[in-house]
Amino acid sequence: MAKEIIELTCIGCPLGCSLKVEKQDAEILSVEGNTCPRGDAYARKEVTNPTRIVTSSVKVVGGEVETVSCKTASDIPKNLIFSVIEVLRGQTVTAPVRIGDVLVKNVCDTGVDIVATKEVQSA
Amino acid sequence: MKQYDLVIIGGGPAGMAAAIAAYDEGVSDILIIERDKELGGILNQCIHNGFGLHTFKEELTGPEYAARFAQQVYERGIAFKLNTMVMDISEQKVVTAMNAHDGMFEVQAKAVVLAMGCRERSRGALNIPGYRPAGIYSAGTAQRLVNMEGFMPGKEVVILGSGDIGLIMARRMTLEGAKVKVVAELMPYSGGLKRNIVQCLNDFDIPLKLSHTVVDIEGKERVEAVTIAQVGADRKPIPGTEERYTCDTLLLSCGLLPENELSRTAGVELSPVTSGPVVNESLETSVEGIFACGNVLHVHDLVDYVSQEAAVAGRHAAEYIKADAMEKSSGKTIQIEGEGGVRYTVPGFIRPDCMDENLTVRFRVGNVYQNCSIVTYFDDREIARRKRPVMAPGEMEQIILQKKQLQNDVSRVKIVIEPNS
Repeated sequence: MAKEIIELTCIGCPLGCSLKVEKQDAEILSVEGNTCPRGDAYARKEVTNPTRIVTSSVKVVGGEVETVSCKTASDIPKNLIFSVIEVLRGQTVTAPVRIGDVLVKNVCDTGVDIVATKEVQSA
Repeated sequence: MKQYDLVIIGGGPAGMAAAIAAYDEGVSDILIIERDKELGGILNQCIHNGFGLHTFKEELTGPEYAARFAQQVYERGIAFKLNTMVMDISEQKVVTAMNAHDGMFEVQAKAVVLAMGCRERSRGALNIPGYRPAGIYSAGTAQRLVNMEGFMPGKEVVILGSGDIGLIMARRMTLEGAKVKVVAELMPYSGGLKRNIVQCLNDFDIPLKLSHTVVDIEGKERVEAVTIAQVGADRKPIPGTEERYTCDTLLLSCGLLPENELSRTAGVELSPVTSGPVVNESLETSVEGIFACGNVLHVHDLVDYVSQEAAVAGRHAAEYIKADAMEKSSGKTIQIEGEGGVRYTVPGFIRPDCMDENLTVRFRVGNVYQNCSIVTYFDDREIARRKRPVMAPGEMEQIILQKKQLQNDVSRVKIVIEPNS
């Protein structure tokens, strides 16, 4: 198969470097345009198995507020974003909640937990 | 009247960082006044990740970033009043505020840090034709409803403006089950960060239509449809390019405006470009002892830079308090001028003898520039030249000035965007 050049914008940080990935079949030959190692890692993942951090919120029972914000503790496969959101939609948590509390273990069998990103005290 | 060394108006990222820095500089008699029910400001509704890479070397969500600074405020025992609205600041630094517990009250400050942040440009300020039905929200209002109050503003959404909050909300509404049909942007380039175009629009196949604006809103009780049209170089709609989108919600993400009503009551001079105070190298406004930082000074894209800037303001406020008056400088000031696409600079002028060893000068460009350099001149002498492959109005730029370079008889500093030869 011929070499393929894929152009990407890095999402590793707000700089948004323009990346060029040279790829032949499944093999990545080179990454250009990144200004840090995160860009290189992002480019390699993005053309093979793209991943994202997912942030959302879940309902709180007995808390001073109605919802608590949460995130995947690390990035998960991009094609599972909506499956993760679906799990969170049915989820409730009882106050008090602390930052880092695990709200869902091993969400969608990704090996990644959903953790709270805000403190919610009991009402 | 109760007295404080330092009163900080606003308990968001800028106010907290200013308070922490002032405390660490030896001023502990501080009061932060915050109108919301918790510290953290807008970060509390920014539940997405991407904050803190510079400050904490990791990617945090808004509430996590806010919590880390709030923790530092608590650890230092810095006083703060929540649910409290500041009504007036006098030139003599008397701050008038009110809340449901204390009623109306006044405090006398030796120094004040303005950290009120900014607000969104409203529909009224945009002159969009059409009815005034329910279903039109600023993107930030929708963000608060979805992320904090647990309400969805609508199911079918059109977004006008490609500022970061609009892009973030395009993704957020999509994840919560809404259909975001289009993001229309008046300018030929996006106002948001590139990463947000990728992860908020491209990831979900949401079209971004550059050089487009809303020309009609239908619906009397509730938004029923929005018509957008392409605009020409004059930013006027081109007849015949109209496209109608049925929807129940229109979100506006059309820019942020520093919130300076209080600065005005204090007699602080404002810049017509940034709508924020004109400040010197210490981030002190035209009123001695009143400092400004964060989005009230000029709108930032990154909270990390807000925290850095606010720490500088807090430190200088503490120095001012300790000296009981800013050590009188020789009176010499150097203007910083932006040319060739540099719309403004913060600070706007420098008193060289009051300057730190290194001074960060932040600015924005007025257009998209490719293969250009940021060139710094002292009078007509070139001091520094830094290549930038791409610059855009949505992304803040900065240069560092060194005090030792400014020793000689420089009368003005010029920052210019020049094409690479």
